[in-house]
Amino acid sequence: MAQISLDEIAHSYLPFPKTDADFALKRIHNIWDDGGAYALLGPSGCGKTTLLNIISGLLKPSKGRVKFGETDVTDLPPEKRNIAQVFQFPVLYDTMTVFNNLAFPLKNRGFDNAYIKTRVKEIARILELETVLHKKAEGLGADAKQKISLGRGLVREDVAAILFDEPLTVIDPQLKWQLRCKLKEIHEQLKLTLIYVTHDQVEALTFADQIIVMYEGKIVQIGTPQELFEYPNHKFVGYFIGSPGMNFLPCTMENGRARVGKFHIPLDDRTAALGNRATGSLELGIRPLYLTIHVQETAGSFQVPVQSVEDQGSYRVVALVFNDQTIRARIAENDPVPGSMAWVSFPEKWIRLFENDQLLK
Amino acid sequence: MGLILDQVNKYVEGEMHLADISLDLASGSRNVILGRTLAGKTTLLRIMAGLDRPTTGKVLMDGKDVTGISVRKRHVAMVYQQFINYPSFTVFQNIASPLQISGVPKATIKEKVMETATLLHLEEMLDRMPAELSGGQQQRVAIARALMKDSQLLLLDEPLVNLDYKLREELLEELTAIFKKRDCVVVYTTTEPSEALKLGGNIVVMDQGRLRQTGPTAQVYRNPATVETAQLLSDPPINLFAAALKDGHLTLGDDLAIAVTGSIAALASGRYHIGIRPNHLYLHQQESGDIKIHATVEISEINGSETFIHFQYSGYKTVLHEVGIDARKIGSDITVYMNPANFFVFAENGELLISPGAAVTAENQTA
Amino acid sequence: MKKWQDNKGWLFILPVFIIVAFSAIIPLMTVVNYSIQDIFGPGQRIFVGTEWFKETLTDPRLHEALWRQLLFSGLVLLIEMPLGIAIALTMPTKKGLGSSVCLVLIALPLLIPWNVIGTIWIIFTRPDIGLMGALINNMGITFDHTASGLHAWITLMLMEVWHWTPLVILLAYAGLRSIPEAYYQAARIDGASAWAIFKYIQLPKMRGVLTIALLLRFMDSFLIYAEPFVLTGGGPGNATTFLSIYLVKIAVGQFDLGPAGAFSLIYFLIVLLFCYLFYQVLLNVGKGESS
Repeated sequence: MAQISLDEIAHSYLPFPKTDADFALKRIHNIWDDGGAYALLGPSGCGKTTLLNIISGLLKPSKGRVKFGETDVTDLPPEKRNIAQVFQFPVLYDTMTVFNNLAFPLKNRGFDNAYIKTRVKEIARILELETVLHKKAEGLGADAKQKISLGRGLVREDVAAILFDEPLTVIDPQLKWQLRCKLKEIHEQLKLTLIYVTHDQVEALTFADQIIVMYEGKIVQIGTPQELFEYPNHKFVGYFIGSPGMNFLPCTMENGRARVGKFHIPLDDRTAALGNRATGSLELGIRPLYLTIHVQETAGSFQVPVQSVEDQGSYRVVALVFNDQTIRARIAENDPVPGSMAWVSFPEKWIRLFENDQLLK
Repeated sequence: MGLILDQVNKYVEGEMHLADISLDLASGSRNVILGRTLAGKTTLLRIMAGLDRPTTGKVLMDGKDVTGISVRKRHVAMVYQQFINYPSFTVFQNIASPLQISGVPKATIKEKVMETATLLHLEEMLDRMPAELSGGQQQRVAIARALMKDSQLLLLDEPLVNLDYKLREELLEELTAIFKKRDCVVVYTTTEPSEALKLGGNIVVMDQGRLRQTGPTAQVYRNPATVETAQLLSDPPINLFAAALKDGHLTLGDDLAIAVTGSIAALASGRYHIGIRPNHLYLHQQESGDIKIHATVEISEINGSETFIHFQYSGYKTVLHEVGIDARKIGSDITVYMNPANFFVFAENGELLISPGAAVTAENQTA
Repeated sequence: MKKWQDNKGWLFILPVFIIVAFSAIIPLMTVVNYSIQDIFGPGQRIFVGTEWFKETLTDPRLHEALWRQLLFSGLVLLIEMPLGIAIALTMPTKKGLGSSVCLVLIALPLLIPWNVIGTIWIIFTRPDIGLMGALINNMGITFDHTASGLHAWITLMLMEVWHWTPLVILLAYAGLRSIPEAYYQAARIDGASAWAIFKYIQLPKMRGVLTIALLLRFMDSFLIYAEPFVLTGGGPGNATTFLSIYLVKIAVGQFDLGPAGAFSLIYFLIVLLFCYLFYQVLLNVGKGESS
C-alpha cells in the first residue's frame, strides 16, 4: 500500500440529502503518504470521525472513492482493508487473557501457533505488556486496556494503517503522556501510517507530522504543527490551535501601518504591501506567545491597562485591554509581572493579516 | 460563612473511600479538588452536598452542623459531567426552575433568567429544548440553572470533561470570571492539573481517599509537600531522580556528582529524591552555574510553538520542555543544562525539604 | 444525635408491607400451624410436632413428583434458553417498524392468561379437531396426550416453550441492544467469524441479563401449576403430576391439611434455597461486570 487517496469524498447521513448543510462531509479530496503520522483535528461535529470511518471501511461514503495505493477499496469491508482501529474506550474480549486478546486477529486469519506466539510476545514487549500477558484482560487499568486494543492492530504484519478515534479520552492525564510517547515510538520503529482523530490540539500537535484541521465537514488546512502555528490559513485555525488562541484585532491600513482604534501598529514591508492590496474587512492576528510585554516604558510599545495576570505554573497569561478589546499575552515563569499597566509591542515578523477570515500571504 | 469538613471518613462495605478529610473553605473562595480517577473526589463532593452521609465526621455550613440534613434543605447547587437538564423543559424553563419552586414572582424570574442567560451566552436559545443544543450549550444551561439557585455552595463535578478542548478552555475562562464575582463557596473537581492552575484560587490535592495538600494553587504548585503531590500537580510530569548527598556532593543518578552549597549543603548526608520540572531543563546554557548532562534523544515532539524532548538519564525517563521550536532527530546527542537552583529536594520518605529559589548554585561541577 | 435517616420513603412502603403481611405472612403462619397439628375436624386438633414432616419427607410419591419436577425444569431451561438467545440474535437491531412489529408479535404469548393457554393447547392437540393433533394423527402417528404419558410430556413441553420462550427472547434482546457498536466494529476489523463474535462478545456481555432469565424461568417452571393442571390434570395417571399439583391433591383432594402444611413449608424452603443460590451467583456476575 503506497498511499491513501480520498477522491472527491462527500458523505451525508440522510438518505436524500439536498442542501450543503445535509452533508456531514462536504468535499474531501486528498492524498496521504505512506508511513506518516496524521492527525484529524477539529471541534465536535466537524466530520473527523465520519472521515475516519470512511477510511477504515466502517462507513461507505455517499460520494467519491477511497483508494489504497492503486486499489479502489471503497466497497471493501474493514476486514479486507489491512487496517486496524482503536476506539475511544477500550474494546476488549473480556473473557480472554491479554495473550489471547492479542492473538485473536491472527487466530482468525489462520496463522499457526508458533508464529502467533512469537508475534504476540514481540508486540507485548514493544507495548510493555509482558508482565500481564497471562492475566485476564478485564481487570487491568484503562491505559493497559488501550494498549491491548492497539496491540491487536499491531500484531498483524500486513496492517498498513492504524486509525485512532480519540483513544486517550478515558486515560488519566499523567498516563496520557506515556501513551503518546509510546505511540510515537511505535511510529518510529514500525513506520506504519497512523491516523489519529482528536479535538485536543495538544495531542494532535505533539503526535502528528501533518495535521488536517477540519471544520464543519471541510478540510481547512493541512500542515506541520509549525506551519499551522505560524501561518494559519484561516481565522479558525488561528483560534483553534494554540492555548490561548490567536488574538484578532479588526484594523484598517493607514500609511503602511495597521490602525486599531487610536493605535498604529508598524508592519514589515511585505505584510504592509499585502494589507494595502486588500479590499475586504481586515483583521490583525498575533499569537499570545509572540506579544512582548514590558513592565516599563519602552520604545515602540503601547501602554495599555492590564485586566488580569494568571499564574499557570510554567507560564503566565496576561490579559490586556487594547482598544476596548481583550487580548492575551503569554509570558514565561521568570519574566517580570506587570502591575495595573503594561507596555505591549507587536514584533513585526509575527503579525499576520487576515482578509475576510483568510490569511493574506 | 463557609464550608467546614471535620474529620470526615467514608467507608463502604469495609472499603475505605475517604479518610480523615478536614477542610475549611471560605465563602467566595474557588476551590479545586485535584486527583486521579477514583481518588474519592466525587464521593467527597456528594458528602459536601448532602447526597451521602459520612461514616464519621461532621459537615458544617456557616457554623451550623448540617451532617444529618437532607440535601433538599441545604442550599446547594451541583453541576455534573453529563450535562443534566430537564429534557421536557425549554432552556428558559430549565434555568427558571429553581426559582419557580420557591415561588418567586414571574417578573422577577424573567429578569433573573435573562441576566444569567446573558452571562452564559444563552440569550438566543431560550426557546429551544436541551436535546437540540450542542454539548457545550447543554452544559451552559446546567450551569445557569445552578447559578440561579444562588446557593451558599456551588459544586461542579468535572463539568468540562465531556467537552471539546477549545470549548473547555473558553468555558473555563468564563466560569473563572463568574466564580470571582460570587459569594458562595465554589468547589470544582478535575483530573487535569492545567485546569486547576487556570481556575486559580485554592487547591485540594487528593490521592486514594486522602488529602495530600491544600492551599493557594500557585503556592502548592511551587511547594508541593510530597513527591506524590508534585507528580499530581504537573503537566507534563515532573522529572524525578534518586540522589545521594555526601560530603558536600550530590550524586544524581549513577555518575553525576554536583558540588552543592547553600541550603542543599546544609542537609544531612543520605538519600534524597530530586525533582526538576521539564521547563527548567534547557538545551542551551542559561547561566554559568548550570550543570550539563549528555543524553541521547529518544523522542522529540513539537506542538507548534514548544518542543518536548524525551531522553533517558541513568535509567530515568526525563522530559525537557522548551518554548520555541528546536527539533532534534531521534538518536542524536544533546546536552541538557539544569541548575540546582531549580531543584525540588524531597526526603527519602517523599517529604519536601527544599523548593526552587531556596537552593544556591554551585561554582564547580563535574559531569 | 440524630441517627435515624431522614427518610420519609419508608412511609411509601407501609401499604405494601401491610398487604404482604395479610396476604402472605399471616397465611404462612396458618400453614405452619397446620403442619404441626393433626386436625380431625373443626375444633379437634392435637399437636404432633414433626410427625407430618417426617411422613412427607419419606413419601415415595413426593419423591417421584420432585424428580418429575426437576426433570421438567431442567428440560425447560435446556430448550428455552438457547432457543431464546438464538431467536434474539436474529431479530432486527435497528430502531424502526421491523423491530417494533417483531417485539409485539413475540410478546403475545406472554399476555395470555395461563389457564387459557392450557385450554388452547388441549384443543390444539385433540386428535379429532385439533389443528396439530389431527394433522399428526392423519399422518399415521397416534398422538394422544390423554392416553400416553410421553405424549402428555411432549405436549406440555411444547406449550411451555411456546408460552415462555418470548420472555427469554425479550431479555436477551435487551442485553444485545446494550452492547456498544464499537465492539462489533472491532471484531470485524479483527476478522472474527460470527460464532467468535457470539462467543467472545455477545455472550459475555449478556451474562447479567441471561442470569436473570435463568432465575425467572427456573422459579416459574418449578412452581408451575395452572397450565399442566388444565391440560392433563396431572395425568395420565401420575405422568405429569408435578410438585404443586401433588400438593393441591393432598391439601384439597384428600384434605390432609397436616401433610399439606408440612409439604408447603418444605416446598417453600426448597424454592428459597434456589433463590438464594441464584442471588449469590447474580451478585458475583454483577461484581465482575462493574469494571
